[in-house]
Amino acid sequence: MKTRFILRKAINALMLGLTGLCALVTVSVLFFILGYLLWNGGRALDWNFFTKLPSPPGETGGGMANAIAGSAKLILISVLVGLPVGFMAGVYVAEFSGKTMAFFVRYTTDLLNGVPSIVIGIFVYAIAVLPVKHFSVLAGGLALSLILIPVVVRTTEEFLRSVPGPLREGALALGARHWQAVATVIVPAAARGILTGAILGAARVAGETAPLLFTSFNNRYWSPGLGEPSASLPVMIFTYAIAPYDDWHRQAWAAGLVLLGLVLAANIATRWILSKGLSAQR
Amino acid sequence: MAAAATSRVQLFRRRLQAGDEAAHLLTLLFGVSILLITVLLVWELWVNSALPRQKFGLGFLFGRVWDPVAEQFGALPFIYGTVVTSAVALLIAVPFGLGAAIFLAELAPARISSALTFVVELLAAVPSVIFGLLGVFILVPFLRTTVQPALQSTLGYLPIFRGPVLGVGLLAAGVVLAIMIVPFIVSISREALLAVPAEQREAALALGATRWEATRQVVVPYARLGIFGSVLLALARALGETMAVTMVIGNDPRISASLLAPGYSIAAVIANEFTEASSEMHVQALIELGLVLFLLTILLNGVARLLILGMGRQGGRP
Amino acid sequence: MKTLVPLLLPLMFLLSCGGKPPGEGKAPAEGKLINGAGATFPYPVYSKWFDEYHKLHPNVRINYQSIGSGGGIRQLQAGTVDFGASDSPMNDEQIAKSATPPLHFPTVIGAVVPVYNLPGVTGDLRFTPEALAGIYLGTVKKWNDRQIASANAGVKLPATGIIVIHRSDGSGTTFVWTDYLAKVSQSWAAKVGSGTSVNWPVGLGAKGNEGVAGLVKQTPGSIGYVELVYAVQNQIPFAAVRNQAGEFVKAGLDSVTAAAASAVMPDDFRVSITNPPGKGAYPISSFTWLIIPSAIPDPEKRSALTGFLQWMLTDGQPVAKTLGYAPLPPAVVSMELKAISQIR
Repeated sequence: MKTRFILRKAINALMLGLTGLCALVTVSVLFFILGYLLWNGGRALDWNFFTKLPSPPGETGGGMANAIAGSAKLILISVLVGLPVGFMAGVYVAEFSGKTMAFFVRYTTDLLNGVPSIVIGIFVYAIAVLPVKHFSVLAGGLALSLILIPVVVRTTEEFLRSVPGPLREGALALGARHWQAVATVIVPAAARGILTGAILGAARVAGETAPLLFTSFNNRYWSPGLGEPSASLPVMIFTYAIAPYDDWHRQAWAAGLVLLGLVLAANIATRWILSKGLSAQR
Repeated sequence: MAAAATSRVQLFRRRLQAGDEAAHLLTLLFGVSILLITVLLVWELWVNSALPRQKFGLGFLFGRVWDPVAEQFGALPFIYGTVVTSAVALLIAVPFGLGAAIFLAELAPARISSALTFVVELLAAVPSVIFGLLGVFILVPFLRTTVQPALQSTLGYLPIFRGPVLGVGLLAAGVVLAIMIVPFIVSISREALLAVPAEQREAALALGATRWEATRQVVVPYARLGIFGSVLLALARALGETMAVTMVIGNDPRISASLLAPGYSIAAVIANEFTEASSEMHVQALIELGLVLFLLTILLNGVARLLILGMGRQGGRP
Repeated sequence: MKTLVPLLLPLMFLLSCGGKPPGEGKAPAEGKLINGAGATFPYPVYSKWFDEYHKLHPNVRINYQSIGSGGGIRQLQAGTVDFGASDSPMNDEQIAKSATPPLHFPTVIGAVVPVYNLPGVTGDLRFTPEALAGIYLGTVKKWNDRQIASANAGVKLPATGIIVIHRSDGSGTTFVWTDYLAKVSQSWAAKVGSGTSVNWPVGLGAKGNEGVAGLVKQTPGSIGYVELVYAVQNQIPFAAVRNQAGEFVKAGLDSVTAAAASAVMPDDFRVSITNPPGKGAYPISSFTWLIIPSAIPDPEKRSALTGFLQWMLTDGQPVAKTLGYAPLPPAVVSMELKAISQIR
C-alpha cells in the first residue's frame, strides 16, 4: 500500500511538473518570437523604412511606406464595410429574429468563418476583380471584410446577450419600444465588448496575406483612391522573405516587427478597454 | 369620446409596431446579406469548377497526378499534404496545449495563470506570414542541421523518417502549424477546465486522489466537450493555413511516406498557382481544390457540432 | 459615440487621398497607374527601367509585379493588367484566346544558369546536357555520379544526394530550361516536355526566380536553375554547360549575345534560341518579351507604353548591360522600333 502511494505521489509530481513544462515551452515560444523580431526587425527599422518607396532589387535605401499606408487603408475599408454589416446582423440575431432565422444566420456566419482565407480570395477575385478587370484596394478590403464579419457578428451577439435582464426590463418598463431599448440601453451596455471584438477582428485581418494575393495584388507606388492595386505589409513580407536579397530580408523583419507591434498593441488595448468596463460596472 | 381614444391607441400601437418593424427589417436585411454572400460564395465555387468536375468527376479526389501541361489534375497529393501536416500539428500541439492548459487551470496561482494566458493568447494573434518568416529563417535551418539528422540517425529505420534531409517538408510545415494552433487549444481548454465545478474536484480529492489523479480522472473528462471543441477549432485553422505552410512545405505535389519529404497542401498550391494558371481547366481545377478544402472544413465543423451535441446529452457540461 | 465622430474625419481623409504624404501627390499631371505583371527573369532590369523612366517622366507610373511568366500571360488574357511579360512567348493557342491580339517585344537577352550549393567545392562545375537532364529526371541522384564527374575531372564531388529545386509557379524561366532539356534529351521530351508549368519528376518547388535562388542559397547539396542576374547578384556559384559545338561555356554577356546571333528573328518576334549552333554560344539563353496588347483604348496609357518602349530600345539597353543582361542585337532593335507603330 505504501509503495503504491509513493508511486502515485511520484506520478503526481511528474505529471504536474510536465504540465508546467508545457506551459513554459508555450510561453517561451512567444517570447522567442517577440525577441527575435525585436532583435532582427529593430535593427532593420530606420527612417527609410517608414518613408521611402521600395527600390529595385539590389539597391538599398528602399522602404515600405506605401505598404504601411496600403495596409492602413485595407484595414479601414474592411472595418467600414464589415463592422456595420456584422454589427447589424449580430443585433438581428440577438434581438429581433425568430428562432429559425437566427439559426440560419448563425449557421451561415459560422460557415463563412470557416472558409479558408485563400478561398475568400478566389471568391472576391471572381466577383470584384475579373468583372472590372483590375486589381484594387477595394477588392482587397472587401475580402478582408468577409473575414471580419463573422467575428463581429459573434462578438456582438455574445455581448448583447450578456447584458443583464434587469437592464433590459428596466428600459422596457420605462416605456421604450423594443428598438429604442436596443439602441439606447442594450447596445451601449454591450458597446465595450463589441468594440473589442471589432479591434481584435481588425488586428486579425491586418495580418491576412492570402486573400490579398489575388485582390489588392501589390504595387510599387502609392495607391491613391480605391481602384488601384496596393502594397500591403503582409504581402511585402511574403515577397521579400522568399527572395534571395539580403536587404529585402532585412526589410521583411522590420515589416514583421511593425505588423506584430500593431497586432499586439490592439490586443493589449482591448484588454485594457474590457477591464475598465468591468470595473466601471462594479 | 371613447371611440376617438381607442383609435388613438390603435394608431399608437401601429406606430409602435412600425418602429419595431422597421428595426426588425433593417437588421434582417443585414442578416440576410450574410446568408446571400455565403450562398453566392458556394455557388461561385461550384459553377467555376464545372470543367474539371465534368472531366474527372469524383476521380479528382483520388487522382495522384497534377500535370498542367497534360491537363491531368488530381487532388490527392494536396489532400494528403493538408491532412498529414494538420495531423502532425495536432500530434505536437494537443499534448503541449492540453498540458499547458491543465497547468494554467489547476496549478498556477490565479494571477500567474491569467498573465500567462494573456501571453499565450497574444501568440494566437500573431499573423501567419510572420510564422512563415520565422519558419524560413529559423525553423527550417534548425530542422535541417539538427533535428532531422538526429531523427534519421536514431529512428531512420522508420519509413516516416527516411529520405534526404532538406529542412523544408511535411515535418517543417507540421511544426509551424503546431506552434500556430497551440494557443487555441490552451486558451479554450483552460476555460473549459476552469468551468468544471469546484465540487467535482473537491469530491475527487476528498476520496483520496492526488491532484493529478483528480485532474486526469475527473476534471478533464468533465471538460472534454470544451477540450475537444478546442482541438477541432485548432484543426480547422490548420487546414486552411496558407502562407506559413507554403513557405516551408517544399511545394512538391507528391505523396510520400516520409515526413522529411516535401509535400504540398491545398491552400499552398492555390496561392502559388492561381494567378498564373495557364489554362481555363487549370484555374477551375484550382477552384475545385478550394471547394474541396471548404467542404472539408464544413464537414469538420459539422462533426464537431454533432459530437458536442451528443456529448452534451450524455452528461458532462450541458 | 461622440468620440467616434472626430476620429472618423481623419480616417475619411486618409481613405480619400490614399495615405500619400503631402508632398508627393501634388505632381500636376499625375498619370494613370499602368499595371504589368509577369516574368521574374527580367525583374531586376524591369524594375530599374520603370524606376528610371518614372524619374524622367514623373507622371508615368508603371507598376510591375513579378509573379511568373505564366501569371503575366494569364492576367493579360483576363485583362486585369495592362501588359504582361514573359520569357516564354505566348503560343498560338494562347494568342487565339486573347481578346486583343498581343504583340511581343523582346527587351533583353538573358540566360538560365544551373546554380548549385556545394560547400567545399571550389571552382566552377561543368555539366553536360545529359547530366542536367538526368539530374532533373531523377536518374542522376548523387553528386559524384559518373555523368557529372566525367565532366569535372579534378574536382572532388561528395557522395551526397542531389536536392533538385525547380519553380512552383508558372514560369518562363522554366519554359526556357525545359525547352532546352527537351531539345537535348529525348527521354525528357517524352516524359516531361516543355512548358511554363510541367509535371516535375523530382524536386522541391520555390516561387519565382527569387524563391529558387533563395532556397538554393540556403540548402547545401542543392541544384536549381535561375536567371543569370539572380546568380550574380546573390553570389551563388553557377556552372558551365556544354553547347552544341562541344565547348563548356559559362553564361555571360558575350556567350549570350553569341547565342542570339544565330537566331533568325521572325516578324512576330517569337523565337527560341536554346541549344544554338555556333561557337562560344551559351546553350540556355533566351529573349524575354514584354507582351503588349495591339489595341490600347486609353490614349494616356497607350502613349505612356509606346514612349516607354522607345526609351527602352534606345536608352534602356545600356542600363540592361550594367545589370548583366545582354542587350538586343541592333537589327532586332530597328525591327522593334518599327513594330511599335502597330500599337493602336
